[in-house]
Amino acid sequence: MNNLEYYKERFDRLKSAKTVDRFADIRQNAFNDFSKTGIPTSKNEEWKYTRIGNIFNKEYRSLIPDVVSAAAEEALSSVRLPGYEQANELVFVNGFFNQPLSTIRSSDLVILSLEEAAVADEYREFVKKNLGHSHHYLKDGINALNTAFMQGGLFIHVKKGYAVEHPVYIYNISDAGAGNIFCQPRSLMHVAENSQLQMAETYVTIGGSDSFTNQVMEVVIEKDAVVEYYKIQNDAANASLVSTTHFRQTGKSYIHTVTISLNGGIVRNNLNIIMESERSEAHLYGLYFHGGTSHIDNHTIVDNVKPNCFSNELYKGILNEDSTGVFNGKIYVRQDAQKTNAYQSNKNILLSDNASVNTKPQLEIFADDVKCSHGCTVGQLDEEAMFYLQSRGISESTARSLLVRAFAEDILEHIKLDPIHKYIEKLIVKRLKKGTT
Amino acid sequence: MMLTFVAMKTETAQPPHNNGIKAELSSIESAVLTDYKYGFVTDIEADSAPKGLNEDIVRFISAKKNEPEWMLEWRLKAYRHWLKMEEPKWANIKYPPINYQDIIYYSAPKQKINPKNLDEIDPELRRTFEKLGISLDEQKRLSGVAVDAVIDSVSIGTSFKEQLAELGIIFCSMSEAVQEHPELIKKYLSSVVPITDNYFAALNSAVFSDGSFCYIPKGVRCPMELSTYFRINAENTGQFERTLIVAEEGSYVSYLEGCTAPMRDENQLHAAVVELITMDNAEIKYSTVQNWYPGDKEGKGGIYNFVTKRGICKGYNSKISWTQVETGSSITWKYPSVILKGDNSVGEFYSVAVTNNHQQADTGTKMQHLGKNTKSRIVSKGISAGVSNNSYRGLVHVGKNARNARNFSQCDSLLLGDRCGAHTFPYIEVKNKSAIVEHEATTSKIGEDQIFYCNQRGIDTETAVALIVNGFAKEVMNQLPMEFAVEAQKLLAISLEGSVG
Repeated sequence: MNNLEYYKERFDRLKSAKTVDRFADIRQNAFNDFSKTGIPTSKNEEWKYTRIGNIFNKEYRSLIPDVVSAAAEEALSSVRLPGYEQANELVFVNGFFNQPLSTIRSSDLVILSLEEAAVADEYREFVKKNLGHSHHYLKDGINALNTAFMQGGLFIHVKKGYAVEHPVYIYNISDAGAGNIFCQPRSLMHVAENSQLQMAETYVTIGGSDSFTNQVMEVVIEKDAVVEYYKIQNDAANASLVSTTHFRQTGKSYIHTVTISLNGGIVRNNLNIIMESERSEAHLYGLYFHGGTSHIDNHTIVDNVKPNCFSNELYKGILNEDSTGVFNGKIYVRQDAQKTNAYQSNKNILLSDNASVNTKPQLEIFADDVKCSHGCTVGQLDEEAMFYLQSRGISESTARSLLVRAFAEDILEHIKLDPIHKYIEKLIVKRLKKGTT
Repeated sequence: MMLTFVAMKTETAQPPHNNGIKAELSSIESAVLTDYKYGFVTDIEADSAPKGLNEDIVRFISAKKNEPEWMLEWRLKAYRHWLKMEEPKWANIKYPPINYQDIIYYSAPKQKINPKNLDEIDPELRRTFEKLGISLDEQKRLSGVAVDAVIDSVSIGTSFKEQLAELGIIFCSMSEAVQEHPELIKKYLSSVVPITDNYFAALNSAVFSDGSFCYIPKGVRCPMELSTYFRINAENTGQFERTLIVAEEGSYVSYLEGCTAPMRDENQLHAAVVELITMDNAEIKYSTVQNWYPGDKEGKGGIYNFVTKRGICKGYNSKISWTQVETGSSITWKYPSVILKGDNSVGEFYSVAVTNNHQQADTGTKMQHLGKNTKSRIVSKGISAGVSNNSYRGLVHVGKNARNARNFSQCDSLLLGDRCGAHTFPYIEVKNKSAIVEHEATTSKIGEDQIFYCNQRGIDTETAVALIVNGFAKEVMNQLPMEFAVEAQKLLAISLEGSVG
């Protein structure tokens, strides 16, 4: 499914199936963009190190809403994040928001389908204004593809002045039981003034075939709101993912994100934070710990549009076996954004001869009164530290595990949602015990 | 716990803008707008090819230079390949499309080639060199600089040749080398930068008019700094020179290249190729001070500088070191690179790039680690002022078999003024787990507290800025040979006086 004809045919079918389409315009524009740009190749600077083309060489079942299968229900119970008893759970199955499987516990949370939100009086304007904003930053065909075919999308509204006491857990389930599956979940979130929200999101593929998830989530954060967002990726080795999360800080607000990636096929994360208001603050943390033949790519954009913003970014990577890692962090400081403080750091450890890493920390600065720095390292475990531990009777493998664990700790300590923190810790310990180091 | 550790440097907090200082600074701004000091046109009759580029022009150039058949074939091959290529668009620079048919590709000063001594050289030409302060004269000769001066396209004078010849060192113009040392040229020319390497390298290969060739035999340490000056002279003439330096086993050479060009209204294209080759235990140190006409304050005119520079550390324990001070040109597109092929080889890149007014620079380096125990070091200092854009673009690549590779990169940017831009595009590709690669970058402006500290001690703001900028660039300036260090420091001061704001 790497030729345009395939998508053209699907797109026409989708158009004719919809008698009323609230998103006809944006859909059409996105499809035109996709027709122009197509699937990015390694000639595209943003995809230089990630060969996404291979994913598209397969045939997929796609773009058709699936009824809840018993398998999906079962899958959900197996991947539920700890603390779910106290959480709002939102479930996507094959890219479509699934109401029956979802549970809403907080009354200050409004959950609607995107279509419903587009006609609701209080949200119509908001949806019109913000849906598809990420395309200003991601001009590749992948993002356009999601918009062109968006269906079964989700709208989340956090009411003004509320601190949502129950965290929001989002699950993306891909049912590859009946052949390869291609899912495109889409969501739009509005975090209104002076509210507070914690979110965690994870992905799972069931069935033996391959899955490819192309996800886009757009979040608008208003004045004095506080958002924490944790992304956990520990899917099967034949599950590929492009996950785009686009935050706009339209008012002075605080955003804290941690992206944990532990397994998958080709995994690409696009994390954008657009600081559109003065005195906003953003923290971006990421840990990738991969083995096998998996490929992990983290692209981040921090765009400082207005003055006096602060951002701090730390991504750490551990690459083992035949895995490859990519990091690309962009910091833009616009001309108006004086007094910006923006920091970025990327550190990598290569544990095997066949692992490799490509990193590109990038700064583009147009204002003079700023403090910006970036650093990156690639190295291996400290031999002296290894020797120190071993000379005290600790076995080589334990010593390695300890050091890797300590390396990861810098990121883990930023997971403030307790059950998730413990859960990730457990996953990492399990990985280390497996002897992958 | 890791061997590597990166210090994230941050500047101390700046106090809010002080209007008093601001006012004082703007009064200095007039000082920045110093006109280009070296803009003059030497009036020499030029023997030029017609405008445009086609196979006939390539043949014309080759015939003019009385080249053997194989050289012409080589040029034609490059030209035919060039036709199939597209101009690169990836760099962070903007310029109107270049009309390659509107350029004169060959222009030689009309005079007898191969003068026996300096007195035979056109006095007009010699005055030009004197204005530029080039040491062709007797007194300068004593300072120990051998100069192969290139005006437009033909090398017109070489000194110290005999002394060098005694040691077996070949230092001559490229056209001479083609005639007299064809075996060396055949062997090494385009062995580092293939004619198909990139758009501008292919263009250069097709139409290059002259350049320098330098060959240091086994075990010889070149007793003097070799230097050459390039000047773009006749109007509408692109300068396409070609430099090739080969250092045989255990030899050493330090090579200087400096440029100034006269004022022009039309943009001039410059596409040079420099190739360096070091064998076992050999070392080449290549220093550049580039001060071509940057265009006027509105960004009109100025040189387009699209240069391919690459060295290969072929032998065990060999070393190549690039040092550059880039203050001129309206556009700089230049990435002096090192291929670290030999085990234990070392590559270095030290750069100061200054952009002011409408200048654009996209410069950096590539370090390709292929051999074992290879080391590289990158120190890049970018200074932007006015409405200019300054980008660092660098690649550190550690190949699969490059065990124990080590790299340290540092690229710092200094912004003078709130309408300029500083950009950093470092690419780091590591395919071997024993590699240690570090990269750090900072962006800052001159702190008002720093200026205040100097003012307090009786140093005026202008001097303080020069002091701080020179301190910022010190690490690179220290790498320059004496002859260049002085000129470079002057250049920095001229380019930036009072641009703080």
